[in-house]
Amino acid sequence: MLLLHCPYCGPRWEQEFQCRGEAHIARPEPAAEASDATWAAYLYLRSNPKGLHYERWQHTHGCRRWFNVLRSTLTHEIVAIYRPGEPKPELKR
Amino acid sequence: MSRYSAINLLRNALGGHRHWPVVWRDPAPKPRYEVVIVGGGGHGLATAYYLAKHHGIRDIAVLEKGWLGGGNTGRNTTVVRSNYLNDESGSLYELSLKLWEGLSQELNYNVMFSQRGVLNLAHTEHDVQSLRRHVFANRTQGIDAEWLSADEVRAFCPILNFSPGARFPIRGGSLQRRGGIARHDAVAWGFARAADRLGVDIIQNCEVTALKREGDRIVGLETSRGEIAAGKVGVVVAGHCGVLAAMAGFRLPIESHPLQALVSEPLKPVLHTVVMSGLVHVYVSQSDKGELVIGAGADTYNSYAQRGSLGIIEGTAHALIELFPCFSRLRMLRSWAGIVDICTDVSPIISKTPVAGLYFNCGWGTGGFKATPGSGFVFAHTIVRDEPHPVAAPFSLDRFTSGAIVPEHGAAAVAH
Ligand SMILES: Cc1cc2nc3c(=O)[nH]c(=O)nc-3n(C[C@H](O)[C@H](O)[C@H](O)COP(=O)(O)OP(=O)(O)OC[C@H]3O[C@@H](n4cnc5c(N)ncnc54)[C@H](O)[C@@H]3O)c2cc1C
Ligand SMILES: [Zn+2]
Repeated sequence: MLLLHCPYCGPRWEQEFQCRGEAHIARPEPAAEASDATWAAYLYLRSNPKGLHYERWQHTHGCRRWFNVLRSTLTHEIVAIYRPGEPKPELKR
Repeated sequence: MSRYSAINLLRNALGGHRHWPVVWRDPAPKPRYEVVIVGGGGHGLATAYYLAKHHGIRDIAVLEKGWLGGGNTGRNTTVVRSNYLNDESGSLYELSLKLWEGLSQELNYNVMFSQRGVLNLAHTEHDVQSLRRHVFANRTQGIDAEWLSADEVRAFCPILNFSPGARFPIRGGSLQRRGGIARHDAVAWGFARAADRLGVDIIQNCEVTALKREGDRIVGLETSRGEIAAGKVGVVVAGHCGVLAAMAGFRLPIESHPLQALVSEPLKPVLHTVVMSGLVHVYVSQSDKGELVIGAGADTYNSYAQRGSLGIIEGTAHALIELFPCFSRLRMLRSWAGIVDICTDVSPIISKTPVAGLYFNCGWGTGGFKATPGSGFVFAHTIVRDEPHPVAAPFSLDRFTSGAIVPEHGAAAVAH
């Protein structure tokens, strides 16, 4: 069971949240000029790493707000939690 | 190597069962193979078998980082059916179901395929409409499908919850009588034994750590047991497909999630079919040992840890006793997770890749066990011809660029 620190509400158990997939995927701009391949990459392709993963979570059964998490997909360790728009924390190696 | 038969069973019984030959060899890897299959799950082993059997290629290795069937093949709840929604899926899963029907004979290995029927329950008006739509679609595809009224469901499976106070009343169901379950390990072992007999080298404890290219062509692999050169490479690693794709320098429309299941203590025979409910989200069958085999859901987060959250198991238990109040005193023996490769359109990828001579078969997610023989059949063809088998063509990687995706989120699916 994960313990997530919602940046708005504080520590809550995992059951209140939903993971919403990879973070920092920018919409192609200008959209009308993006190629099919660019759209496919934006909509579908994911890095799916075995290790540290930047991802979005939503506090669905709480404040319903979104935030970003840096978490290991191998150990489930949560390395960082930060708000949308804040810079990506650097990966420690 | 001896065939399994009544005569041989008798002969070996007289010898105290001490003289059965090994089921497959344990060869050291050769420096080069014509075709290397990465991943010794059911799909990889089936691919190797059909390559040898139908395409006459004998210089094949299957490389498995752990033990045969130790991935999702040995962790799944073994539901086999072909009642999907889209015609593309119907062709693929029905090809597979037809192969299942003769598989024990084909492999000379009892895979314990039991066509006990798969019943999908409808609890709401939306469920009724959606499941009936599936039934009609399946009929146009030539796939057996029946709609059962609530009374017919009750007659077919009387231990379901038909009490007037049921929170999710049962309003009918779709039934595929040719669906059922099979013995998961036996499927891996049966394909492995049959492939080995045709000369395929099955190499366990051999992890692929890098894919080697010359220009845009694959030329070999680095493994924990040394370098192996290869003419062609087929990657069939389920939850690890993203890791292998990264080695080859591309990304896939897939994320890896834990999917859990659990089994109860053994019972006398009580459930003769497979029951699924997408709405309350559980599915269950009874194994030959008497245990209830219960399928749970996937966690929302990516993971390679082969464990999921307890909350998923708890929700599944709630759903189970909603459907079957008589199971409420059962004790559960164990639960586990497999890492499933969920594709954005919930359909598999059987495809050539940007690297020449490199083929991927993945994205089966929560429901690929049923496809094991068919997947191997069409993937072998795809590798040999260097072009997709007609049944596999709609499942190529380029569908994400063309937009011709095969969405299978359908309500028939708790997904398995
Ligand atoms: C709990 C659960 C329930 C399920 N229930 C059903 C069901 O009822 N019906 C159904 O149809 N499907 C079900 N599925 C899905 C089904 O199990 C899979 O889709 C199917 O078994 C995939 O088979 P596979 O051979 O592709 O993968 P796997 O059996 O996972 O085989 C892949 C193999 O690749 C190996 N590998 C990975 N990386 C490397 C590497 N670098 N080098 C060498 N080898 C590597 C792994 O060790 C593994 O053995 C379920 C899955 C789970 C987890
Ligand atoms: Zn919150």
